[in-house]
Amino acid sequence: MCGCCGKSEAYLKPFEDIMSEFEGKESDLIPILQRIQASYGYLPEDIIRELSARTGIFVTKIMGVATFYSQFRLRPMGEHTIRVCFGTACHVNGSESIADALSDELKIPLGGTTQDGKFTLESVACLGCCSLAPVMMIDDETYGRLTPDKARNIIRELYAKEGASK
Amino acid sequence: MKIVIGLGSCGIASGGLKVKEEFEKLLAEHPGAAELAETGCMGMCYKEVNVEILEDDGRSTIYGEVSAERAREIFESHVLGGKPVEQYVVRSNYAENENDAFFNGQYRYVLDRCGKINPESIDEAIAAGAYRGAEKALKTMTPEEVIDEILRSGLRGRGGAGFPTGQKWKFARAPQADQKYIICNADEGDPGAFMNRSVLEGDPHAVIEGLLIGGYAIGATEGYIYVRAEYPLAIKRLKIAIKQAEERGFLGDNVMGTGFSFHLHIKEGAGAFVCGEETALIASIEGQRGMPRMRPPFPANRGLFGKPSNINNVETLADVGRIIADGAEKYAALGTEKSKGTKVFALAGKVKRGGLAEVPLGTSLRDVIYGIGGGTASGKPIKAVQMGGPSGGCIPADLLDTPIDYESLAATGAIMGSGGMIVMDEDNCMVDIARYFLTFIQSESCGKCTFCRIGTRRMLEILTRITKGEGREGDIELLEELGQQIKRSSLCGLGQTAPNPVLTTIRYFRNEYEAHIRDKKCPAHQCKALIRYEIQADKCVGCTVCARKCPAGAISGSAKNPHTIDQSKCIKCGICKSSCRFGAITVD
Ligand SMILES: Cc1cc2nc3c(=O)[nH]c(=O)nc-3n(C[C@H](O)[C@H](O)[C@H](O)COP(=O)(O)O)c2cc1C
Ligand code: FES
Repeated sequence: MCGCCGKSEAYLKPFEDIMSEFEGKESDLIPILQRIQASYGYLPEDIIRELSARTGIFVTKIMGVATFYSQFRLRPMGEHTIRVCFGTACHVNGSESIADALSDELKIPLGGTTQDGKFTLESVACLGCCSLAPVMMIDDETYGRLTPDKARNIIRELYAKEGASK
Repeated sequence: MKIVIGLGSCGIASGGLKVKEEFEKLLAEHPGAAELAETGCMGMCYKEVNVEILEDDGRSTIYGEVSAERAREIFESHVLGGKPVEQYVVRSNYAENENDAFFNGQYRYVLDRCGKINPESIDEAIAAGAYRGAEKALKTMTPEEVIDEILRSGLRGRGGAGFPTGQKWKFARAPQADQKYIICNADEGDPGAFMNRSVLEGDPHAVIEGLLIGGYAIGATEGYIYVRAEYPLAIKRLKIAIKQAEERGFLGDNVMGTGFSFHLHIKEGAGAFVCGEETALIASIEGQRGMPRMRPPFPANRGLFGKPSNINNVETLADVGRIIADGAEKYAALGTEKSKGTKVFALAGKVKRGGLAEVPLGTSLRDVIYGIGGGTASGKPIKAVQMGGPSGGCIPADLLDTPIDYESLAATGAIMGSGGMIVMDEDNCMVDIARYFLTFIQSESCGKCTFCRIGTRRMLEILTRITKGEGREGDIELLEELGQQIKRSSLCGLGQTAPNPVLTTIRYFRNEYEAHIRDKKCPAHQCKALIRYEIQADKCVGCTVCARKCPAGAISGSAKNPHTIDQSKCIKCGICKSSCRFGAITVD
């Protein structure tokens, strides 16, 4: 148990490891937050408070930075992240209808996470494979030349596969 | 024999790693049959995955759209049997190919080594000419001579604004300070542009060399590369390249034994378009919210951590090494009077051959889009080309003879930008494109300037209203007025250029705006609120495919009889139209 916040040491371990690599200067703030998110999947409030206590950087300042940059999340994500490309090339090739189809299929808006915690649906700007537009990525896998129909089927197949493997 | 796989992000996204695995498996079955190597993007993104077979006699064959199955076929026929698989060949150095057109109009100066060398091998980079410029600069030239050489080359910043690089270095050299910084802007914020990433992934040493030379020229001993976090592969390759350069003594203390020290660091961005702006980028490296500040003082006087700093784009820096190595004259011989050298464009959108296109400045848009790009994939006429992303504008088809140089492009209302070039055909609605960019800008405005923060929101509301069929008389004029005010009253380039996509589309496609507002029609059939899908009874054979595909359950009818669409349920996704094999579904 940690004396100040009552969290278990195992929970804080990744945080401690990260902090041991930085001096805790203000210019370290963004890299530290990036590392925290990589370890915890998001920026948990208790860790942000701990970070503030440790570095002397005000919580308000940390939150200011965390909310300014779109990379940072303050809530946990679904098991899989679907990122629909909203870059220009994808837009002119119909990415909006892909996002609409996915929203409808998963019953969540962009930015939302399904109730079962399986999928988070996000948009990104240009995944860099514009010649395959419209494109989406599910975790590390890229799916190109999509149609709304194809996109729905990919989700259904994933559900079928995961359902079966359980 | 050598098998080279193009593993840029584009290649990987198209399944390049599976192709690599397959070749590894094949080579394990046939040890010694060939050597397997990796490289960055070969440029032909439209034909990914690209694999090159290099034979010992110098014959090169590039295959396109290689899958694991095709890899096996190519391996068995070509690698083992010596017989190329003709139908997959997209380019070779011994026979003509239709894809040659993609390269014929190009001049690969920056991209020279991209797609040829293994980006994770400093030896290959050096063998292909990397660090020649740095060695020449550090060992035989004074910083002033370096700056002079860059000035004479006519190199202008490739990040968008086109400011002469030598001039910028001169300003940064002038102040006396205990510490200076040189920063590489690898934030590549234009959504739909990927030139910088391809250079970072394909030839990271070129960028490091440029920073080293720039650092020497201005007197900076520390450098930063600010890379957007969405570019994990570029970051990985940069890290490897920096480590290799340090081991060789090209970075660190006493570079190449010259007494000059130069340390290079990577900073990952965190997702904010505005951080591409110099002062915001500096704030971000310092750990702040990325908000631009008033200039002057310019970064050359007060930049990172309050010290004189110089910021250059990836491509600008990648040009530098070769300019020094080969001399300014060679570079200045390319391009036009005021726009020297070459520029890399990320050709995408509705174009047939999309990918990386590097051309001498002064080449016409038509030569790039039709010559290199091959026109549209659909064969439909081109309507416009968007350049410069959210800061740029749409150039209509009848201006395609415009030469690509800073001044001519600015005269159209668009800008050179950082290199995004998105081709649009008749099916793209210009009001929708304007709304698209404004949606982007509106969510990326940092909020500091009232006009940028609220003005772009008002403009977006108006555009949204127009695309929903609720546009009013006077909306166009209101957009123009707001646009002018935002341009005038914003502190940084984001706000100053934000209205450009709207203003240029109004300038060239005013009638399309008017059709939306007055006739409540979207001529390109893009704006959902203004279109209607209908089934032509005489063409419908009642195959039931559309009814089964419709996600909204809006289509009904019995088998072998014409179907109908319930307009109140239709979500206008267009799935019925694209799934109908009889052309029975129309949209208006
Ligand atoms: C909103 C905004 C975004 C920008 N994004 C980028 C970018 O992604 N990459 C870049 O090199 N320059 C970008 N710039 C331009 C930079 O501020 C700066 O002019 C450039 O990096 C200077 O390098 P150069 O002289 O080599 O072109 C941006 C400017 C603004 C106002
Ligand atoms: S615009 Fe979608 S991958 Fe580039």
